[in-house]
Amino acid sequence: MTAAESAARPLLEVKGLRMHFPVTEGIMRRRTVGEVKAVDGVDFAIRRGETLGLVGESGCGKTTTGRCILRLEHPTAGEILYDGIDLARLRRKELTAMRRRIQVIFQDPYSSLNPRMKVGEIIAEPMKVHGVEPDAAKRAARVRELLGVCGLGPGFAERYPHEMSGGQRQRVGIARALALNPEFIVCDEAVSALDVSIQAQVVNLLEDLRERFGLTYLFIAHDLSVVRHLCQRVAVMYLGRIVELADGDELFDNPLHPYTQALLSAVPVPDPSVEARRTFQPPGGEVPSPINPPSGCVFHPRCPIAVESCRHARPESREVRPGHWVACHEVH
Amino acid sequence: MSALLDVRGLCTVFRAGDATVRAVDGVSYTVEQGETVAIVGESGSGKSVGAMSILRLIPDPPGRITGGQILFAGRDILRATDDEMRRIRGGDIGMVFQEPMTSLNPVLTIGRQITEAIEQHRGADRAAAAKRAIELLGLVGIADPRRRLRQYPHQFSGGMRQRVMIAIAIACDPKLIIADEPTTALDVTIQAQILELLRALTRRLNVALIIITHNLGVVARYASRVNVMYAGRIVESGMAEAVYHRPRHPYTVALLRSVPRLDRPRQARLDPVQGQPPDLTRLDEGCAFRPRCRFAVEACAKARPLLEPTEEPSHLAACFRSRDLAGLSGAAA
Repeated sequence: MTAAESAARPLLEVKGLRMHFPVTEGIMRRRTVGEVKAVDGVDFAIRRGETLGLVGESGCGKTTTGRCILRLEHPTAGEILYDGIDLARLRRKELTAMRRRIQVIFQDPYSSLNPRMKVGEIIAEPMKVHGVEPDAAKRAARVRELLGVCGLGPGFAERYPHEMSGGQRQRVGIARALALNPEFIVCDEAVSALDVSIQAQVVNLLEDLRERFGLTYLFIAHDLSVVRHLCQRVAVMYLGRIVELADGDELFDNPLHPYTQALLSAVPVPDPSVEARRTFQPPGGEVPSPINPPSGCVFHPRCPIAVESCRHARPESREVRPGHWVACHEVH
Repeated sequence: MSALLDVRGLCTVFRAGDATVRAVDGVSYTVEQGETVAIVGESGSGKSVGAMSILRLIPDPPGRITGGQILFAGRDILRATDDEMRRIRGGDIGMVFQEPMTSLNPVLTIGRQITEAIEQHRGADRAAAAKRAIELLGLVGIADPRRRLRQYPHQFSGGMRQRVMIAIAIACDPKLIIADEPTTALDVTIQAQILELLRALTRRLNVALIIITHNLGVVARYASRVNVMYAGRIVESGMAEAVYHRPRHPYTVALLRSVPRLDRPRQARLDPVQGQPPDLTRLDEGCAFRPRCRFAVEACAKARPLLEPTEEPSHLAACFRSRDLAGLSGAAA
């Protein structure tokens, strides 16, 4: 493969990803009585330098998808091609090497930082684990640099997480993710726990870092407004499957899947005049159990345009407009 | 006619170690019969403590209501006896909290929790209460109410539990419902269902609603009037339309500009509120927003501005420079 081909290839390609968790019963003799199909056949690709948004409600499988890519879960089936290497098949040792290139920022800056470690130790930890910077003085200098990059003064290295605000803690989580110079970061609800005024600061920081270090993000979130702002392309998940995928503005301005339409209309816009003009109908019902998902199209019990065939055949994802993929029988 | 709820100069403090935190620091506002008023603010702004003070649900110690009046239907709640308070809570004032799992009793059936409220407050017998409970579950959109009444909270989804909470809140024909972040723990489609239900019920039953939220979209969709809180005080108050389109406090302006909008194409960058939220143990005599304010002048360090009318009489702002903000816009920026 030439360098040009390698550059054109997506950084990450997920193909037919499935993650099924067994449901067990019994204490003495455990037996499997069913499966939770948390992720059930997901395909997408992320280009170098882009931010792909993965949105959906709780239980749709967006976080599990991220955990599979990070190999915090061992997928049931499918390929996760990262720069041509299938992460799903890697063994422990090879995985450790890959983990220098792929990092994660979690939602909760309260539980993802060790409360007994100083901020400086937290940020230096990945370097120690991977043996990147054995010299303590150089490591400390790198910690100061990372703090600066994330908008925190060098004095923060000596603080403990509980002495910081939520926004500051999330900056520490970001500095730790950057410590190994990764190329790809999974942001799992990275700004969801933050107050509005602080959230905007962290969103801007994530954008700056992407430009400055040429990062690629998978941005998993339920807040559609933040996703619209931050992501070039967006995939919408429902009950373990991607129902729609398109460029951000295309998806938000011309949603085609009935679930995406319902989701977007449910989000109130911070403008009373706009809201007064909007008519909307929140989708009825609730997300069914992934243990026993509906047959055919998983959205059909809640879908306003479902027809008989939706109960039987699972819709495949089709490119209905250039770059706009929809999995619905009734969208043409 | 006087307002249904008239909060005047409410002060609630918490002791934190050696320091005293003025969580609610001289808050005044009114709620009219059947009206929906939003109280919006970020963590630590005092919005929840203010609401809990109305219900007198402040844990003492460490908290204490130290001043003000809360006139509900003309009577001062702060002077009510504990017995009277028990009749008001869940009777004339219904409550819906953020996390229905912790506000429902896990070892009692849903039916018992609803009938208990009706028996306590209305002195109804068991049969009448049970009949009313079935009716209430129907009202809040829970299918198959007879069977569901015999079930326990863990057998309900988050959205369904919140519907149960609403059923309990309206069980005794309240005049006011206080909803504290009622949908924050819920998914967006369920959030829309619950808020639509609250809107429909409060209109139909002519119940006033105080909705406490950090979500500026929820305020825009559901509230007629809004109070914006920062560091224990109301910094801006008015009709939602006026506050969003003609904000007269720099915090409101900054807040509205910092949220990304679903109905607009990607902008280059967000415009965040600078700095960190205030440390309530270290407030000085000046305006609490001053360190983060791009309009601050010397006077702002010397005294805290009072909530005063802007050029629109029903639109109030607590800022020395509020008149200089005319021409600035938040939502329409």
